[in-house]
Amino acid sequence: MSSQPSSLPRLSIRNLSIGNQTAFVRDVSFDVGAGRILALVGESGSGKTLIGRSILRLLPENIRQLDGDILYHGGSLSGLSTAEIRRLRGGRIGMVFQEPLVSLNPALSIGRQMAEGLKLHLGLDSGEIRTRCIDMLRRIHVPRPEQCLAAFPHQFSGGMRQRIMLASVMLLRPDLLIADEPTTALDTLSQRQVIETMLELTREVGTSVLLITHNLGLVDKYADDAVVLRRGEIVEEGTAARVIRLPRHAYTRRLVDALPRRRGGVVAAPPDEPILVAKGLELSFRSAGRSILRRKKIRVLHGVSLTVRRGETVAVVGGSGSGKTTLGRALLRLLDVDRGTISYRGADVTRQPDRQLRPFRRACQIVFQDPFSSLDPRMRVGALVGEALRHITPLAAAERRARVEAALADVGLPGHADRLPHQLSGGQRQRVALARAIVGDPELLVADEPIASLDMTVQKQVLELFQRLQAERGFACLFISHDLAAVQQIAHRIVVMHEGRIVEEGPCDAIFDDPQHEYTRRLLEASPLLDATPAVTCPSAIFSEAKR
Amino acid sequence: MSARPNSRSRIRLLAGGLLASAVLTMSVLAIFWTPLDPNRLDVLHRLNAPDVRNLFGTDEFGRDVLSRVMVGATTSLSVAMLTVIVAIAVGSTIGFLTGFFRGWTDRVVMILNDTLLAFPGILLALGLVAVTGPHAYATVLALAVAFTPKVMRVVRGTVLSLREREYIEASRAMGNGPLYTLARHIVPNAVAPIAVLATSMFGWAILMESALSFLGLGVPPPAATWGNMLATARPYLTSAPWLSVIPGILIATTLLSVNLLGDSLRDWLDPRM
Repeated sequence: MSSQPSSLPRLSIRNLSIGNQTAFVRDVSFDVGAGRILALVGESGSGKTLIGRSILRLLPENIRQLDGDILYHGGSLSGLSTAEIRRLRGGRIGMVFQEPLVSLNPALSIGRQMAEGLKLHLGLDSGEIRTRCIDMLRRIHVPRPEQCLAAFPHQFSGGMRQRIMLASVMLLRPDLLIADEPTTALDTLSQRQVIETMLELTREVGTSVLLITHNLGLVDKYADDAVVLRRGEIVEEGTAARVIRLPRHAYTRRLVDALPRRRGGVVAAPPDEPILVAKGLELSFRSAGRSILRRKKIRVLHGVSLTVRRGETVAVVGGSGSGKTTLGRALLRLLDVDRGTISYRGADVTRQPDRQLRPFRRACQIVFQDPFSSLDPRMRVGALVGEALRHITPLAAAERRARVEAALADVGLPGHADRLPHQLSGGQRQRVALARAIVGDPELLVADEPIASLDMTVQKQVLELFQRLQAERGFACLFISHDLAAVQQIAHRIVVMHEGRIVEEGPCDAIFDDPQHEYTRRLLEASPLLDATPAVTCPSAIFSEAKR
Repeated sequence: MSARPNSRSRIRLLAGGLLASAVLTMSVLAIFWTPLDPNRLDVLHRLNAPDVRNLFGTDEFGRDVLSRVMVGATTSLSVAMLTVIVAIAVGSTIGFLTGFFRGWTDRVVMILNDTLLAFPGILLALGLVAVTGPHAYATVLALAVAFTPKVMRVVRGTVLSLREREYIEASRAMGNGPLYTLARHIVPNAVAPIAVLATSMFGWAILMESALSFLGLGVPPPAATWGNMLATARPYLTSAPWLSVIPGILIATTLLSVNLLGDSLRDWLDPRM
């Protein structure tokens, strides 16, 4: 395609600074070579998204490029007019965003949206566009591509939407693709599919990729080069393998350490009395149909049986749609099951009305996935945590305050009682949710993907907090997650769910070393799990090695 | 994060507050004192243009327009305020309960509500006043009936989206009863949209009261409201324009100030601001 020799990098960022009054990105430089995949790694707030957006001038209002230059095939992009930049967008430089749920327009059919770029940049006629779209969909293994063109985004899963998005971007054969956290909102299996689709398509066209991510597991597996950002500045760069195996900067090492790593599983819990026993749970939802008559029931749980013993951590693992979240809600009687029984300490609570459930509710607490919506935005942290003590035998105000403060200190947030939720970071909010759950000394904690929406290092901190609290307070835990790697350091027992059924169940080590079910094997493969590398566990050795 | 939206919001609050307090002061003052008797006829000074004696001129019976506008402010504002209070109280109570508990009651109530909504508010009000006869309280009742369905819709919609939030489920998981959850977690989070709705409805109420009076079905003469002053000024639009311009400007000013206050209220109620 390009007449220039490939010695010029596709994209060069030169001393780039971005910000308004203060700079959010400072003096960043790196090159993306032809056909290479460069990962821009950093946690939320590190400025990685700003860099990606500045390339195509898609920065949010009142944030601008303060200094430096962006070269594309050696030519500066800063001097180009808005019209010239617009011609590059999509046509030569493609972009994929994080949220597949919102980056496709829900009001337009897939076909219309895929055709948009072709019509705009190549000016093809509609027949040619249709053939190209169908070819592309077939290429990414979308079943029945003709029907897919007529379908609307909501008819597809998140992973599927993201692949369709990728396909429509790659239809234009751009030579640079900017992918901003393309897999973050997806479960591990879909993550893997999306990334592999991306690799296949870009390799075929020879597209360079700027992969913006916080997931070092992906970087390790797929990227050629890596640039690590921290608070808007580059702390380390090099080949991806080198950066992850032999990190030089302390921050990179912290990131790498936060990666889930296979190590000896948790020792099996001693057999103890069961707290919660579920037998043969069945649950269906009514699907939304156009008319009441045509509504069908969709069964989400098919005869699920599960026992949680005192002090034990059971991980429920499965992809999205496997029914794991529904199971967690049903076990806590937040959803009513159609059939089956739930008993708590031998007493059947399956059909008990809410009013009689108080002791059960007190003993069984829940932590939700999204700390942004699980805390009432108008209540202060102290009140949020204190509310959980409402149903415990009358407490004097002073004693209540003392217990709230103790719980907050326990989760590492002493003195935060007067804050409002929006003043806290995601990790801090999840700590508040955790404090709310443990303040009443529960016997069982259901944690529904409590770390999925957090940065890697924060994930690790919250997991460790979980473990510590459990050791100190001895509650049992049902830990729901889509990621096998994340649970392996805390689970005594793992339950794998697929399409509303438990397909495999066993001690942590057994699942990892000898998975029986095919679905478990696929989950394991998709997990961005590092093998424990001796080099990382012994950082001083790296330094001496690197200096030589 | 920049300083601009904040300072803009402060200007809105200041401007709205100044205008509103001016109108309010005028209406309170009118209870005790007006420059002249608002209902005293003076045939010798009919349709006088504004001068030193009558700052805003006189109407077709020689009554002082300034005094009548002041008295009219009292009536118009209190009618509007009562209307909004009744409509919000009734509408949001029903909206909170049906939206939170759902079920058959919700469906039946919403069908009735949609039926009411299908009529233009002014038509509903007209029908009611035709039955009760023109009277200040009848106007309040008629306007409240016209506004309540809108409040119910908005409140119910807000509650429907709020009740799906995880913190509502968290409250249930804590063992809290439904009424407690409603009062502690739903109502406070719905206050902002209700407050904004109330301020915009206040403006609508003033307009609709004027419209009813204009049609002769509002507060009956000789009592002055801005609406019936406008209505009687119509034949003199060209010969004595001040008769329609002055109440018109007052209505517009009041609407502006209330809307500015509504915007500031919305910002102020947002915990993130």
